[in-house]
Amino acid sequence: MTDYGLLTSILHAILVASTPLVFAGLGALIQERAGVLNLGIEGLMIVGALAGFAAAIAGQPLGISVMAAALAGALLASVFAFLVLKCLSNPVATGLALTLFGLGLAALAGAQYVGRAAPQIAVWEIPLLSDIPVIGPALFSHDPLVYLSILVAVCLWWFLSFTRGGLVLRAVGENHDSAHALGFSVQGVRFLAIITGGALAGIGGAYLTLVQTPLFVEGMTAGRGWIALALVVFASWRPFRVIAGAYLFGSVTILQLHSQALGLAIPAQWLSMLPYIVTILALVLISARGQGHRAPGSLGQLFRASR
Amino acid sequence: MTGFRLKALGLSALLVLTACSDSEQAATEATDAPDGQVKAGFIYVGPVSDGGWTYEHDQGRLAVEAEFGDQVTTTFVESVSEGPDAERVLSQMANDGADIIFTTSFGFMNPTIKVAEQFPDVKFEHATGFKRADNVATYSSRFYEGRHILGLIAGEMTESNVVGYIASFPIPEVVRGINAAYLAAKSVNPEIEFKIIWVSSWFDPGKEADAAKALIDQGADILMQHTDSPAAMQIAEQRGIYAFGQASDMAAFGPTAQLTSIIDDWSPYYIERVGAVIDGTWESGDVWGGFNTGMVALAPYGDAVPEAVRSMADEARAAISEGRLHPFTGPINKQDGSPWLAAGETADDGTLLGMDFYVEGIQGTLPSAN
Amino acid sequence: MMQFQTRAETHWFHEWLAVILALVLTAATAAGFLALLGFEPQSALHRILIRPLASTYGVSELIAKATPLITIGVALSLSFRAGVWNIGAEGQLVFGGLTGGAMALALYGVDGFWVLPVVLLAGAVGGLLWGAIPAFLKIRFQANEILVSLMLTYVAILLMSVMVHGPLRDPDGFNFPESRLLHDAAILPKLFDQGRGHIGFVFALIFAGIGTWVVKRWHLGYAMKVSGLSPKAAHFAGYSRDTTIWLSLLIGGALSGFAGVVEVTGNIGQLVPTISPSYGFTAIIVAFLARLHPLAVIPAGLLVALSYLAGEAAQLSLGIPAAMTQVFQGLLLFFLLGTTVLVNYRILWVRAV
Repeated sequence: MTDYGLLTSILHAILVASTPLVFAGLGALIQERAGVLNLGIEGLMIVGALAGFAAAIAGQPLGISVMAAALAGALLASVFAFLVLKCLSNPVATGLALTLFGLGLAALAGAQYVGRAAPQIAVWEIPLLSDIPVIGPALFSHDPLVYLSILVAVCLWWFLSFTRGGLVLRAVGENHDSAHALGFSVQGVRFLAIITGGALAGIGGAYLTLVQTPLFVEGMTAGRGWIALALVVFASWRPFRVIAGAYLFGSVTILQLHSQALGLAIPAQWLSMLPYIVTILALVLISARGQGHRAPGSLGQLFRASR
Repeated sequence: MTGFRLKALGLSALLVLTACSDSEQAATEATDAPDGQVKAGFIYVGPVSDGGWTYEHDQGRLAVEAEFGDQVTTTFVESVSEGPDAERVLSQMANDGADIIFTTSFGFMNPTIKVAEQFPDVKFEHATGFKRADNVATYSSRFYEGRHILGLIAGEMTESNVVGYIASFPIPEVVRGINAAYLAAKSVNPEIEFKIIWVSSWFDPGKEADAAKALIDQGADILMQHTDSPAAMQIAEQRGIYAFGQASDMAAFGPTAQLTSIIDDWSPYYIERVGAVIDGTWESGDVWGGFNTGMVALAPYGDAVPEAVRSMADEARAAISEGRLHPFTGPINKQDGSPWLAAGETADDGTLLGMDFYVEGIQGTLPSAN
Repeated sequence: MMQFQTRAETHWFHEWLAVILALVLTAATAAGFLALLGFEPQSALHRILIRPLASTYGVSELIAKATPLITIGVALSLSFRAGVWNIGAEGQLVFGGLTGGAMALALYGVDGFWVLPVVLLAGAVGGLLWGAIPAFLKIRFQANEILVSLMLTYVAILLMSVMVHGPLRDPDGFNFPESRLLHDAAILPKLFDQGRGHIGFVFALIFAGIGTWVVKRWHLGYAMKVSGLSPKAAHFAGYSRDTTIWLSLLIGGALSGFAGVVEVTGNIGQLVPTISPSYGFTAIIVAFLARLHPLAVIPAGLLVALSYLAGEAAQLSLGIPAAMTQVFQGLLLFFLLGTTVLVNYRILWVRAV
C-alpha cells in the first residue's frame, strides 16, 4: 500500500470513507421503497458498530462479526417495527427516539470496549483487475466489505426491478391501500423491509469499527446516519444512485482534506462545508433537469387494514 | 380537540404544581455529605469513556478519591454541552452541597464565573480559562512543553522530512502546540516541513482516520495530532509509519507506531487543591503547570526511538523542567516574516495564551486569521 | 389475534389514559432498574424527578430549557401538518442565533429599549432567510427539502464556528473562540429572581396560542393541512402548494431563528461555537409527541425538558451515567408513542380461526 501514486491513494480512501454511507443508505432505501420512513438509522448504525466490534474482539472472523452487526441492527429495528406497525406510533418521532435509544444503549454496553483495538481486516486483491495501473489498486484491492456493498446494491436493484417480491414491495410503498386490496400483506412486507434495512445499517456501522477505524467509542458514527438518509433522497430512491451519492460525498470529504495538506489558502471551516454544499448543488441540478423522482406514494404513512 | 387543550393545560399545571408544592422542602433539605466531609464536583464536556481529554480528568477525580478516602465524596456530570446547559449543571452541583467544583473545558468559563457569583462559599476551578474571582481559580497545563519534545523526536526520526499534523480547531492552545513542535523539529532538522489538516472536530474517528491517510499519502512519515481519538495512531500502525499519541497513552492502538504520547495528568493538581479545601487553605490563583509540576507527562518511548534520540529528548525535558530552556526562545519570526522574539528573548505567558499566528516556515493559512 | 378498530372520535379520557400509562410504564421501568442497581426506588425517583423542580430555581431552569423546544415545536407542528419536512430547524436556530448575536454585538454599548427588539428581529430574520433557501430550491427546482434543510444545518454550524473563531471573536478574549459578553441592553429580562427562566417562555406560549388559532380558525391553517394530506385536492380547491411550502419553511425558519437568538440573549449571553444541544432535532420529537397540535406542544416540551434535567440529577446524586439517561429518554418516547394506539383505536381481541 505504499508505492501508489497520490491519485490511487485518494481513490482508495474515497471508497473506504464512502462505504458506511452506501450500506446505511441502502438500508434506508429499502425501507422507504416499502413506504417506511425510519429516522433511526444513526441509532441502528452505532449498535451495529458495537456488535461487530465486540465480535471481532472476541476473536470471531470477519463473516461472523458482520453477521453480528446485521443481527444487532435487525433486532433494534424490530423494536421500531413493533411500534410503528403494531402500535401504529408516529414513524418520524419513533425513528428519532430509536436514534436516542441506540446511541445510549451502545454507549452503555460499549464502555467496556473503549481503549481496545480490533485486528486489521485482510485485503482481497481481485486477480488481474488489481494489476491495472492506478485504478487497479484503488478499486480492486479492498477489504471484502467494499465489494459486498456493491453486491448489495446490485442485488437490491435486481430485486426491486425484476422480481415479483420487488414489485410487491414497491406496490406497498406506492399505495398501501391498493396493495392491501390486491391481497398483499402490507405489514408483513414492511416488517421484512425494516428488518433488512436495520441489518444493512448495522453493517454500515460495523464498517467503521471493523475497517475504517478498528476501535469503538460512543457517538463515533458522528452523524453519518443522517447523511445516509439525505443520500436516499439525493438518489431519488434508486440503489445505484445511492452509491453515486455516497461516493460524491466521500470524494468531496477526502479532497478537502488533501487540499488542506497541500496548503491551499482557504480556511478549513469553509472547506469542511463543501461536502454539504456540493450535495445540495448536485441535487438541485438533478432535480432541475427533471431527473429526480418523487418519493414513494405512501412514504411515512401509517397503514391499518380497513375492516 | 377539547381533549388536547385540556391535556395540554392540565399537564402544564401539574408540572408547575408539583414543582411549587415541594419548594420549601428543598430549601431546608440537607446536603448529602456528612459533616466534615468535602464534596468535590466535576463537570465534563465529553463522556468519561472518550479515552482522551475527559477520561484523563476522570482519572484525576479517581486519584482524589484514592488519596483522601472517607474525607471526600466526588460527583460528576459528563457530556455537558458547552452551550446553554453548563450553567444549570453547575448551579445544581453547588445547590447539592459541593464544596469545590472543577469545570474542565474552556467553554465553561463564563458559566463558571456567573455561578460562582451566586455561590460565594463554593470554590470553583476552571481549566484552560483566563477569568478569575475570589472563589474561582484557573489551571491549565503547558502542553507545548510536551510538544517541544515531540518536535525534537520527529525532527530526528523523519526520513521524508514531512510531518503530518491533525488539528481540531484554531484555538490558541492548538496553534501553540503546532508552533512549539515545528520550532523544535526545525532546530534539529532544517529541512522539516509540516503539513496540517484541520478536521473541525475534536472527536470524529472516521474523519481523523481519513485525515491521517491524506497526510501519509502526501508524504508524511510521522503523524502528530491534537484531536482526541486514537484513529490516526491506528492508521499509522497499519501503514507502517510513526505517530505521537494525544492526551493519554495510545500504545494499545499503535504498539510499534507510537513514539511517545503527551499525557494529561491532572491528579497532582486535583489532589493538591482538594487537599487545600480540606485543610481550609484554599485560595484563588492561576496555575499553568508544565513538566515541573507533573501535569504534563510523556508515555514511555516506543522501541523505534534510538538511544541517542532518547537521551536528547530526556535532556531537553530536564532542561525545560528546571527552567533552563524555554520552547519559545528567540530569534523567532511570525509566518509573515515580521519579527516576534529577538535573539535570546522568551515568550511571555500573555502572548502564548492568546497565540493566533503561525511562526515563520509553516505553510498554509491559519483558519482564524482575520 | 389483535385487531384495531378506528375510534370515531378521540376522547379526552383516552388521551389522558395513554399519557399516564406511558409515564407509569417509564417510572416502573426506571424504578425496577434503580432497584436492580441497589437504590431505594421511591427516594431515588424523588431525587431525580421531583427535586430538580422543587424550587423556584428549578422551575425557572425547566422553563429555560423548554423554551426553544416549544418555540420550534410549534413551528414544526404547522409545517409537518402541511407535509413540508423541515428537518433542518437546528440549522435555522444556529443561523438565527448567529445573525441575532451579531446584531447584538454590532449594537454593543448602545442603550435603549429598542435594542432588544431589533436583536430578536435580526435573529428571526436570519432564521427565516436560512429557511427560505430550501423553500426556494424546492419551488424553483423541485429539490427535496429534507436533504437541503438537513445539509444546511451542518453548514450553519460551521459558519458559526468561522465567525466566533474570527470576525466576532472577543478582542480581549485571548483569541479564544467566543464573542464578548453581550451588553445588558441585549439581554432578555428574566421571569424570576432565580434561574434563567426568561420572557422567551412567554413568547413561546404566545406562539403556541397563535399556532392553535391558525390550525383551528384560520383559513390558511386549513389550506396547509389539506395541502399536506392531498396536494391534488388542495390544487382543485384552489390552494397553492407553493404558498404552503413558503409559509411552512418561513414560519419554521423564523421561529427557529427566534429560538436561537433567545438562547443567545436569554441563556448564554454571548456567542459560542455551540449554542444548541440539538434543540432543533429534539423539537421534532416534541412536535410529534404533541401529535402536531400547537397547544399540546407546551406540555410535550416541558416533559422532554424535564427528562434532560432528570438525567443530570441522576448523574449528580446517583452516579448514573449519561448514556443511561439517553436510554430512558428513548424508552419514555417509545412508551408515549406506543400508547397512542389506545387513543386512536379500539383494540379487539379476536380468536384466530
